[in-house]
Amino acid sequence: MTVSAISVPRLPHTGRVTLPRLLASEWTKLRSVRSTVWSLLVAVVFIVGLSVLVPEVRMHHLRPGEHVDNPLELTLAGVQIAQLAVGVLGVLVITGEYATGMIRASMAAAPRRLPVLWAKLIVYGATVLTLMVPSAFIAFFIGHAILQPHHEAVAFGAHGVVRALVGAGLYLTVVGLFGLSLGAIVRNTAGGIAAFAAIMFVLPPLMNVLPVSWNNAISPYLPLQAGERVLQLQGGTLSPWQGFALLGGYTLAAVVVAAVLLRRRDV
Amino acid sequence: MIEARNLTKRYGDKTAVSDLSFTVEPGVVTGFLGPNGSGKSTTMRLILGLDAPDAGTVTVNGKRYAEYPAPLHEVGALLEARSIHTGRSAYNHLRALAQTHGIPRHRVDELIEIVGLESVARKRAGQFSLGMGQRLGIAAALIGDPDVVILDEPVNGLDPDGIRWMRDLMKSLAAMGRTVFLSSHLMTEMSMTADHLIVIGRGRLIADASVDDFLRRHSKNVVRVRSPQADQLVSEFSQGSVSVTSLGRGVLEVHGLPAQQIGELAAAKGYILHELTPQQVTLEEAFMDITQGELEYSGRASQDLAGVA
Repeated sequence: MTVSAISVPRLPHTGRVTLPRLLASEWTKLRSVRSTVWSLLVAVVFIVGLSVLVPEVRMHHLRPGEHVDNPLELTLAGVQIAQLAVGVLGVLVITGEYATGMIRASMAAAPRRLPVLWAKLIVYGATVLTLMVPSAFIAFFIGHAILQPHHEAVAFGAHGVVRALVGAGLYLTVVGLFGLSLGAIVRNTAGGIAAFAAIMFVLPPLMNVLPVSWNNAISPYLPLQAGERVLQLQGGTLSPWQGFALLGGYTLAAVVVAAVLLRRRDV
Repeated sequence: MIEARNLTKRYGDKTAVSDLSFTVEPGVVTGFLGPNGSGKSTTMRLILGLDAPDAGTVTVNGKRYAEYPAPLHEVGALLEARSIHTGRSAYNHLRALAQTHGIPRHRVDELIEIVGLESVARKRAGQFSLGMGQRLGIAAALIGDPDVVILDEPVNGLDPDGIRWMRDLMKSLAAMGRTVFLSSHLMTEMSMTADHLIVIGRGRLIADASVDDFLRRHSKNVVRVRSPQADQLVSEFSQGSVSVTSLGRGVLEVHGLPAQQIGELAAAKGYILHELTPQQVTLEEAFMDITQGELEYSGRASQDLAGVA
């Protein structure tokens, strides 16, 4: 039998796997699947879109002599939907690799494994932060323009406004990283999304079945309620940054569990 | 060179690989043969450090896979279970893998061309046929110009052209001095591609020999004889360790006597022979013979046999 030689050109070795190289790789991975584009588009469109819709509707239905309690909440209504989008995408960033088997290629390319997880967290976190902080500011100024003629707007310079807008971006970023960590622990898309939704959205209303004193003692410390403090202007059990730090703590705990499991388990 | 020493891997109470030791040498194509479920894929995952062995070690060129700071330059692998995100294009898949090692963009284009995926490189891999997926997997395996190439069932889903291409590629890689380790349950494919064989069944080593040795060792001394005097020949030859099976219409199978002796004996006694043919044992038969007891479940045997044939 004749063999027609197939030549595969040699390649000079290009050195070791480094974190910057893994960041470049993860960035290519993140931007080259549709779920990323769609989820982030949904997040931005809802943050900006609802900053038009919600204040408009509210002003339309404003009775004479009535005032809006919390104008910032009206302008940032889209964050409620955006947090679902970035959380679910966070889960998908890693479970998508398990579902398709891509994780085997990723871990074979970087067999120390943990740097892959760090790179995913950094790239995804930076992407969400870069999109969500400007979105929050744009939402504020749109909402402001709608509320101002009715004398219902809160001033950009008012105490806590800039913190809340930057905080909205930070909050969504950490929520996204929380989703990613849960996905890394569960390694299954349906399971990861279910875990994320259960912790973020099912746990809080479930607290209402508890005695009021218990509910009041526990609820402020749940991930969602604690984290949202950073984008609120009104007071609460936790200060804005305490609440945000607590959400960060939960996320860090999830990251640690994910990292330990990634080292120990077979891929 | 791949060296496995006493490799053992259990999943729950099922032992997938049991005390497996073998060496895969550079410069030749080594076939990794066994029925479905015999532990081939598990062994390959152990080599790549994707799964951790319960006992034993496996090294590539003297080091554990995970110890390499740039493993894609050492080992390229095509795993049987696809390792490609279905939502990503072939180009971006290869680009992301290349970036982990700082491998330049032109290498990605080069490999897309070598495996013949230029026209579909920007399409999502989920739309690929099995054969295109295998070609993409090969491109990924070769991206870092590795010394060792591990391929799990590489001809799966390839059309005849693709199979031929794959065969040529593996031989070319071995000719360049690389270590080529390929698994298959397809015997014919193996006999045409591999120089050396490692055969496993139920996670245990059954044979480790060159293809020629393997065939010789397991070939039975069977000669097909056709004669109008077949009935007399049966009693003439059936002596001692020699046995004769009549296939009817004057055709006999003589076991345990070389063709030369049969011919001389027939001539000496004046028998007429119309045919005297030594039977070549095929790799299939040799394999079937030694793995007969190794098939995992009798119920699955027929399915595996179909795969082997």
